[in-house]
Amino acid sequence: METLDLLGSAAFWVAMLRIATPLILGTLGVLLCERAGVLNLGIEGIMVAGAFSGWLAVYLGAPLPVGVLVAAVVGGLFGLLHAVLTVMLGLSQHVSGLGVTMLASSLSYFAYRVSFPKVETPPTITPFAEMHWLDGIPIIGPVLGGQTPMTLFALLAVPAIAWLLYRTPVGLALRMVGENPAAAEGQGLSVTRLRIGAIVAGSALMGVAGSFLTLSAFNAFFFNMINGRGWICVALVVFASWRPGKALAGALLFAFFDALQLRLQQSSGASLPYQVYLMIPYILSILALVVMARRAAYPQALMKPYRKGER
Amino acid sequence: MIGAWRLERRTEPSRTATALAPLAAIAFTLLVCAALVAWAGAPIGQTYALLFDGAFGSRFAISETLTRATPLILTGLACAVAFRARLFNIGAEGQLYLGALAAVAVGGMHGGEALDWPMPVLFAAMMAAAALAGAVWLLIPALMKAKLGVDEVVTTLLGNFIVLLIVSMMLDGPMKDPMAMGWPQSVALASDLELGKLIERTRAHTGLLWAAGLAVVVWLVNRYTVFGFRMRAVGANAHASKFLGLPVTRVMIGTALLSGALAGLAGAIEVAGRTSYVTLDMSPGYGYSGVVVAMLAALHPLGVVAAAVFVAGVLVGADSMSRAIAVPNYIADVIVATALLSMLVAMLFSQYRLRRMGAA
Repeated sequence: METLDLLGSAAFWVAMLRIATPLILGTLGVLLCERAGVLNLGIEGIMVAGAFSGWLAVYLGAPLPVGVLVAAVVGGLFGLLHAVLTVMLGLSQHVSGLGVTMLASSLSYFAYRVSFPKVETPPTITPFAEMHWLDGIPIIGPVLGGQTPMTLFALLAVPAIAWLLYRTPVGLALRMVGENPAAAEGQGLSVTRLRIGAIVAGSALMGVAGSFLTLSAFNAFFFNMINGRGWICVALVVFASWRPGKALAGALLFAFFDALQLRLQQSSGASLPYQVYLMIPYILSILALVVMARRAAYPQALMKPYRKGER
Repeated sequence: MIGAWRLERRTEPSRTATALAPLAAIAFTLLVCAALVAWAGAPIGQTYALLFDGAFGSRFAISETLTRATPLILTGLACAVAFRARLFNIGAEGQLYLGALAAVAVGGMHGGEALDWPMPVLFAAMMAAAALAGAVWLLIPALMKAKLGVDEVVTTLLGNFIVLLIVSMMLDGPMKDPMAMGWPQSVALASDLELGKLIERTRAHTGLLWAAGLAVVVWLVNRYTVFGFRMRAVGANAHASKFLGLPVTRVMIGTALLSGALAGLAGAIEVAGRTSYVTLDMSPGYGYSGVVVAMLAALHPLGVVAAAVFVAGVLVGADSMSRAIAVPNYIADVIVATALLSMLVAMLFSQYRLRRMGAA
């Protein structure tokens, strides 16, 4: 009964969409990289860097949209580093990604401490306002109205990226590079440039995903605020079979269970230790990987470095 | 621009380059981080001097560095063993915590009483339980990789978050120390089980000898046993190994058990040597630093010992330095991450050379 009441309340769906937003953006970012054939485990750290840099820009007086832009640029720069290491030098994508994650998060924490040496409570900013002017739209109005423009951006990014991948020459070239780089090279495409472009663009989206947390969901930067969300995005891409539409569905489904566990945790009077509820997102991600791994159609060249004239 | 240069495989790895690679990587790292120190407004020379002094400058500094190096050797070995066989175990952090939990479950004072077993038996059981806990935890993702083709990097990473919640649950519930005044810490280990001191009146303990001994054992296994050969073969080329009739799945499972056991032992040795009970912050990321240690050592088990002492020195030195001067101790993590990435590049150039493409 209680659960049914919950599903009838707009507040629940508002929370779900809010939880989904960084996952949608991060998953799209990973998807772009992997479609071009490069795994990007830098996401966890790039999200930290996006969360921090976006927040810092706004704290220093930049308007909120500029904060998002800063997060995108910073994310893109870390993506460029990953691209140089993996695409140009052909290093292990796993290890390079982990290195980028370590570097991006430790640099962010270092920069935070240098900028605010003595503060105990994190300084706050005024985050994006909710779009209550949308409340009037029937059915979805109350849910969309409780969101910030960043959520709208994330929702619009899904068809935009689907269009890019499936309806434009660049998208075709990108997918080809992820499936069969040698053939793409034969067509006169530059594998190196396309891959670098995809990683930088994908990482920019990851940076924006991180900045959602500081510029929309909360009003400050905390340590460990990404808390595995990046890794969850990597799992969601497999779940989505590398398709933007399914990525959205996956992120929403995932956020549904996460929002549900939050409410259950508050309402059910501690029938289970709270840690069990907190485990659910991670367990779901692993289950998603297991369920989808069998039919997963990995981009054929994923994780394979490509060097001209070398097999 | 791009494409004007290309990487060309050297006919044989350059010996000079291989030997110089770690030094070049460390030099580059110190240069990059000098810029950060300058940004923090501190004198660069003094900061590095303080960092080095805090890591190796006194008997106390050395003992602290060796204390930190102990778990890093074990998590580094765990990663090195697994990476050799192309099993990317990024879950050493979780395996360490489960090992610590298992150690306390066997060797802890429950209701004020430890198990009534002879001390050597109890000690062996404690270590075995920790190794088993770590091994079984890694077995799950290894099986998912071998049987279902699920990428182990993400599953082992997500596993770390699950373990921390399990530990938190145990420290709130069945394994909570009733004497801890509400602090989330586990019951303490029976004092007979604690490891002896390596250096008097410091925290350095004989766990270091265990860790170094295990490094030698792993090196011997790698080099002189059939299993070691198979691990390397599977890591070098799983398809060819399968074609040659090697039991690839079994080798992977064996590797996972060994790797998880080493990380689990790291937890038990931390508890027996240093903390004597489990807390949620007993590891400042030893599992993740283990990845770096393994890579800095180029996956060589004996190199792991040296790399662990280096990373431990950076961590301990930065802590001590940041107490003396206004440079945040997060510089340590930046140094470690930069060292990892530059070491990768340096190692690459011992196998490849950069060649300018012709006019075409």
